[in-house]
Amino acid sequence: MAEEKRLMKGNDAIGEAAIRAGCTAYFGYPITPQNELTAYMARHMIDHKRTFIQAESEVSAINMVFGAAAAGARAMTSSSSPGISLKQEGISYACGADVPCVVVNVARSGPGLGGISPGQGDYFQATRGGGHGDYFHLVLAPKSVQEAAELTFEAFDLADQWRMPVMILADGMIGQMMEGVTFPEPRDLEKLPARPWAAGGQYKTHRPINHVSSINLVPDELEAKVHERFLRYEQIKKKEIRFEEVNTDKADLILVAYGTSSRVCLGAQQMAKALGIELGIFRPISLWPFPYDRIAALAAKGKRFLTVEMSMGQMVQDVQLAVAGKAQVSFYGRCGGNIPTEEAVLAEARKLLGK
Amino acid sequence: MELAYGHPKSLKPIQTKYCPGCGHGVIHRIICEVIDELGLQEKSIITNPVGCSIWADLYFDIDSVQPAHGRTPAAATGVKRVRPDHLVICYQGDGDLAAIGTAEIVHAANRGEKFTTIFVNNAIYGMTGGQMAPTTLVGQKATTAPYGRDPEGAGMGYPIHVLEMLATLEGTRYLARGSVNNAANVRKTKQYIKKAFEAQMSGVGFTMVEILSQCPTNWSMDPQESVEWLEKNMIPFYQLGEVKNTLEASK
Amino acid sequence: MTEKSFMAGFGGQGIISMGQLWVYCGMKEGLEVTMFPFYGAEKRGGIARAGCVVSTTEIASPLVTTPDSAVVMNEDSLPLCEGIVKQGGTLLINSSLVKTETKRKDCRVVKVPCNEIAEKIGDGKIANMVMMGALSKVTGAVKLDKLEPVLKSFFPPSKHRFIEMNLKAIEAGKSAV
Repeated sequence: MAEEKRLMKGNDAIGEAAIRAGCTAYFGYPITPQNELTAYMARHMIDHKRTFIQAESEVSAINMVFGAAAAGARAMTSSSSPGISLKQEGISYACGADVPCVVVNVARSGPGLGGISPGQGDYFQATRGGGHGDYFHLVLAPKSVQEAAELTFEAFDLADQWRMPVMILADGMIGQMMEGVTFPEPRDLEKLPARPWAAGGQYKTHRPINHVSSINLVPDELEAKVHERFLRYEQIKKKEIRFEEVNTDKADLILVAYGTSSRVCLGAQQMAKALGIELGIFRPISLWPFPYDRIAALAAKGKRFLTVEMSMGQMVQDVQLAVAGKAQVSFYGRCGGNIPTEEAVLAEARKLLGK
Repeated sequence: MELAYGHPKSLKPIQTKYCPGCGHGVIHRIICEVIDELGLQEKSIITNPVGCSIWADLYFDIDSVQPAHGRTPAAATGVKRVRPDHLVICYQGDGDLAAIGTAEIVHAANRGEKFTTIFVNNAIYGMTGGQMAPTTLVGQKATTAPYGRDPEGAGMGYPIHVLEMLATLEGTRYLARGSVNNAANVRKTKQYIKKAFEAQMSGVGFTMVEILSQCPTNWSMDPQESVEWLEKNMIPFYQLGEVKNTLEASK
Repeated sequence: MTEKSFMAGFGGQGIISMGQLWVYCGMKEGLEVTMFPFYGAEKRGGIARAGCVVSTTEIASPLVTTPDSAVVMNEDSLPLCEGIVKQGGTLLINSSLVKTETKRKDCRVVKVPCNEIAEKIGDGKIANMVMMGALSKVTGAVKLDKLEPVLKSFFPPSKHRFIEMNLKAIEAGKSAV
């Protein structure tokens, strides 16, 4: 029987989902608005006799993740925007050493210290490989507490499957709001995917030694390694693109948004419907890989796009790349911790439609 | 016939890339001898630094993890926490440990992380080409201290006694300083390492062995001069011996 | 049915608790729910707000910008609440603490002396529960029936001795409107 629905904050739900996914090592550092997540992990990881450390910094936390994951554990860290900037060093190393892990960004507004209210200004950093070097990693953006739990649970499997960090890009709204949520059954730790490449446990199988490392000073060898990784990226683009569409067949104007702003767009779409105006919603769930092809297909059908973000316009560049000049792409955004309202999005859409 | 002395099993039988007279090779060897003596070859993991000893994974015949510059104690923390039955060796140089990774080593030590740090102090940055290290002696020349380390006049600060600093933290249980400038010191250093590894495997807190080592290339000396220079200049400043030993107290 | 409610007061009045319990009860009644809390930077005595949505269908925006019902628990919150409540919506005012008359003429105004009623029951701190009862009666969005087992699952066992008083407050709130 399915478990009863629980009322939880997004931050707490992400923590519970991670524990159920078999996360055995969590490392974090306090930062608003994700503090409940670290506190949830502190209590529940200790209760489950798993590893929890409040690290001395974000930098240390991600490197603890690197070590724990390299030694075979399902490991995770979470933070908010400024802390995620600090973690970029470790994320680059994890990508370079093909170390799977889960990184949660409950994003706030920036740049710099910025504010503690929700933001979506970390899109470029998340989707372009925010650290140094040639790499990408999966980025999943939940729209609700339920989806935050589901994507976090799945992120651990995806990380293992593709041997890379998987980022959950939430925002302060998703982290702080409370909604009903149900969880999948906890994973049996004995049945998690094997990590034959990890450090440790050699005495059990007497296999050759393992090095978990991103270094290679021979250009041809390093190039070959990067090529191999990019072939994997092509596979990921075939298999892991996720998005949701609402009313895109009927509407001429499609609102493109992810996370919290997609919920606002849905509200605007419903208000429009009540006025007899059709709007569509296109919500990327995987921000990397980005659903370029589907947006291109919609553009080919003559659709127009209004991208709505809690930033000055970052994902809109991907929408522009997707349509390649073949469709009109407009933008509406708020920043500084402000969230676009349904009314404002509707007004923007009506202006574009002239209705 | 009984083998009296041979190449350690845990050390690959290949020539190292280290410069003639460099201490890393000897340090690798005594670490591996101890690993073998404790029968831990297949139960050891080394986390490597960034610096010359980034090559350690070529030579140690044990599993390894290579994190970012200075973050080795954080990564070793992660490794040891999820592999508590393994011998985890956190190998660091002076730039890695005492400059860019100061926060990581201090907090790992303070948490009493149950791995062993091997801190190779040659008072200079090796791999990047002889820059001033936090442990560079006063007056010692470096490419970034061309007129010698001037602590106050040029605002370069004083060389750091890392062990003595860490000794104030309750999480540290065994802190010893050895040297590889001569055979007697090598033997003594190996004893420190063995004591630290045994302590680690018995599950007590943080253990660390600092090892004074020579860098003839960046000191612009020949190997013989470099061991003499170490003895004459480094040992008086970084005194050898057990700086802290509270292992008995935990029994 | 979708009911968007906005609750405002000062820290310590139990605004977030009210929002949380409101959506929890809604969830137990089979509704989709969302609640977004907002506090001032001060840990005590600052502003406290909760945006709640309960609905029979999937909830779109969790951000309550034009509420169907706004709950005004203290004087300072009146300008904010009367500024955003929907035309034809409901303004629920804690008349124990809010003395200024609202300027809004285009919505239903319901005054409940929450603190007085709560004190009569035995504790001024449950004024929020009185208001929640009134909100239930006025909007009908969350019924708050057969509440005892719901409250038992909401509150930790150490707080169960307060449940009876909370139930009384909710009932008193319902009867007051």
